[in-house]
Amino acid sequence: MATWAHAGRERFLPAVGRALKPIREARGFARAMLWTGAAITLFFIVLALFASVISPYAFNQYQANGHRFPQLAAPSHSHLMGTTVQSSDVMARVIYGAQTELKVVLIALVMALAVGVPLGLLSGYYGGPLDRALVLVMDALFAFPYLLIAIVIAFLLSNSIGKGVLTAAIAITAAYVPLYFRVVRNHVISIREEPYVDAARALGARPRTVIRKYVFFNVVQNVPPIATLNAADAILLLAALGFLGYGIQPNDGAEWGYDINRAVSDASSGIWWTGLFPGLAIVLLVTGLTLLGEGLNETINPVLRRRRFGRIDFGPPTPTEAENL
Amino acid sequence: MGQGTSLRAYLLTRLALVIPMVLILLTIVFLLMRVAPGDPISASLGGHAPQAVINQIKHQLGFDKPLYVQYWNYLWGIVRGDFGTTISDHRPLTDIIKVNGAATLELTFFAMIIAVAVGVLVGLIAGRFRDTPLDVGGRLFGIVVYATPVFFLGLMGQLVFGVWLNWLPTADRASPITQATFTTHTNIFVLDAIIGDIIKHLILPATTLGLATAGIFIRLIRVNVIRTLRDDYIEAARARGITERSVVFHHAFKNALVPVITIVGLNMALLLGGAVLTETTFNWPGIGHALVQYLGNRDYTAVQGIIVVFALVVVAISVLIDFLNAYIDPRIRY
Repeated sequence: MATWAHAGRERFLPAVGRALKPIREARGFARAMLWTGAAITLFFIVLALFASVISPYAFNQYQANGHRFPQLAAPSHSHLMGTTVQSSDVMARVIYGAQTELKVVLIALVMALAVGVPLGLLSGYYGGPLDRALVLVMDALFAFPYLLIAIVIAFLLSNSIGKGVLTAAIAITAAYVPLYFRVVRNHVISIREEPYVDAARALGARPRTVIRKYVFFNVVQNVPPIATLNAADAILLLAALGFLGYGIQPNDGAEWGYDINRAVSDASSGIWWTGLFPGLAIVLLVTGLTLLGEGLNETINPVLRRRRFGRIDFGPPTPTEAENL
Repeated sequence: MGQGTSLRAYLLTRLALVIPMVLILLTIVFLLMRVAPGDPISASLGGHAPQAVINQIKHQLGFDKPLYVQYWNYLWGIVRGDFGTTISDHRPLTDIIKVNGAATLELTFFAMIIAVAVGVLVGLIAGRFRDTPLDVGGRLFGIVVYATPVFFLGLMGQLVFGVWLNWLPTADRASPITQATFTTHTNIFVLDAIIGDIIKHLILPATTLGLATAGIFIRLIRVNVIRTLRDDYIEAARARGITERSVVFHHAFKNALVPVITIVGLNMALLLGGAVLTETTFNWPGIGHALVQYLGNRDYTAVQGIIVVFALVVVAISVLIDFLNAYIDPRIRY
């Protein structure tokens, strides 16, 4: 057992080291993007995980110690970001919003990957009429504004299973499956012809083994940058659904897009805090995820990667060399 | 291949490929709207209507016929240019396309101009001065602009320019007085009359949507410039002793901008999605505004009709882009 674990680690660690190497080698703007993005993302993850500790109030709390909070109060000492028309604390809603956004987007991305990647793998590897049919359908969907796909799915589901986390997540999933399908399928097609895949086939490996051992890991390398950029996009999509009233319902959790929708009517009377803070939260989180994704892309993608040229140290110059200098 | 095929042959092949794409989109819409769980008619009536009324409306709309008959009627209707009539206010979809579609066209056209202007300018500068503070600034600007939801940008615009500075109106296409005094022939207000009031109403929504779309343009154009500046012919131009200025302006930028047509085309879908949100924020009576309103009414036929229109527009744009590209770049004709 111990030897097995040891052998596993032996094989595993160099692979991880190799995968992380570009990140260590990243430099300049790519490096700055990577780390700034990671820091911002981490900040929101912490907000989401410890919302109940960090937040001064609950997201739907409108009173404390028997006193109702003021309505639409400007930012002050007791309410750093002010209060909404329902007397709830804007800061609490912003903090709990991080929880909602990350939860929904995580569910949606896992589902989109779980559907899109296998479909792309099978379709790309086997080809044939199934592949052609899937490509036609996915291309048609891909050309379509994905916000509209999400809205229609959310609308249809809200009539059957009701609005909420699951509906929003499925709507976002539906919008992104075509993207993952395309990326994975196109990559599989180019990998399928690689000599090492041919070699595996020639050795008599079953298609399942070839896909699992040779194709999958090479394709999956492309996924982290795409998924990170996609998470940024998915936050915007969820906020848009919330803004249009098809996102998370007010009782289920705080959601920034929904809050901005409510803030539109406040704006005409010059009330800025109900809209500004949730909006800034969206901008910051999406910026963070985008920086992280772009940074990953530039460090992992060899076409965009700029390596640091290490100074080669030849040791002190020999007397003859020194003369030539 | 390649050389032997004429432009006409290419166009015909491309047009032939449209048919399956349209058919697939229409089928997906139909399946989603009709086969999805939940009864559209009782939902659109608020779920409280008596069964007899529901049945009567179902009969009127042909919802009681077998699915394949409904499918056929639906396709045949679209072929004849009949997209149906809304359940909630008995408005023909063609009317929505004419009136609301014109408003959306007006908004997206000006938004696209702003997006291309900002995107090309910032993208070219960022790409030309790669890895300098200008590049970092341009890229950050692009990322933040992309990260800002259209409706949030719109809200802030309303607050600053509408409420605080009181420079610009924050909603509608024209003030009530203007709307009462002038008649529109095309439904595109700026075509009918250049009135300050109409332009003023257009500024905030178009700028909001334009800026939100510019983020993508900046990114793509920057990468394009970088790629072009690395090309052999640029090196050759430099080797011939042409000034760097001339190399950049005459040789690199021109070629870097050729794919802009494709980029614009690809992002039309994004722009249309953004238009739905912009129209809702600014109470702009476009087709996206109508869609949101009918969604709220649970009006299935209206939603279906509008989605079909969007699908047809998207396909039409993609074909148009391909034609333009084939016209410009002979290598594309296959």
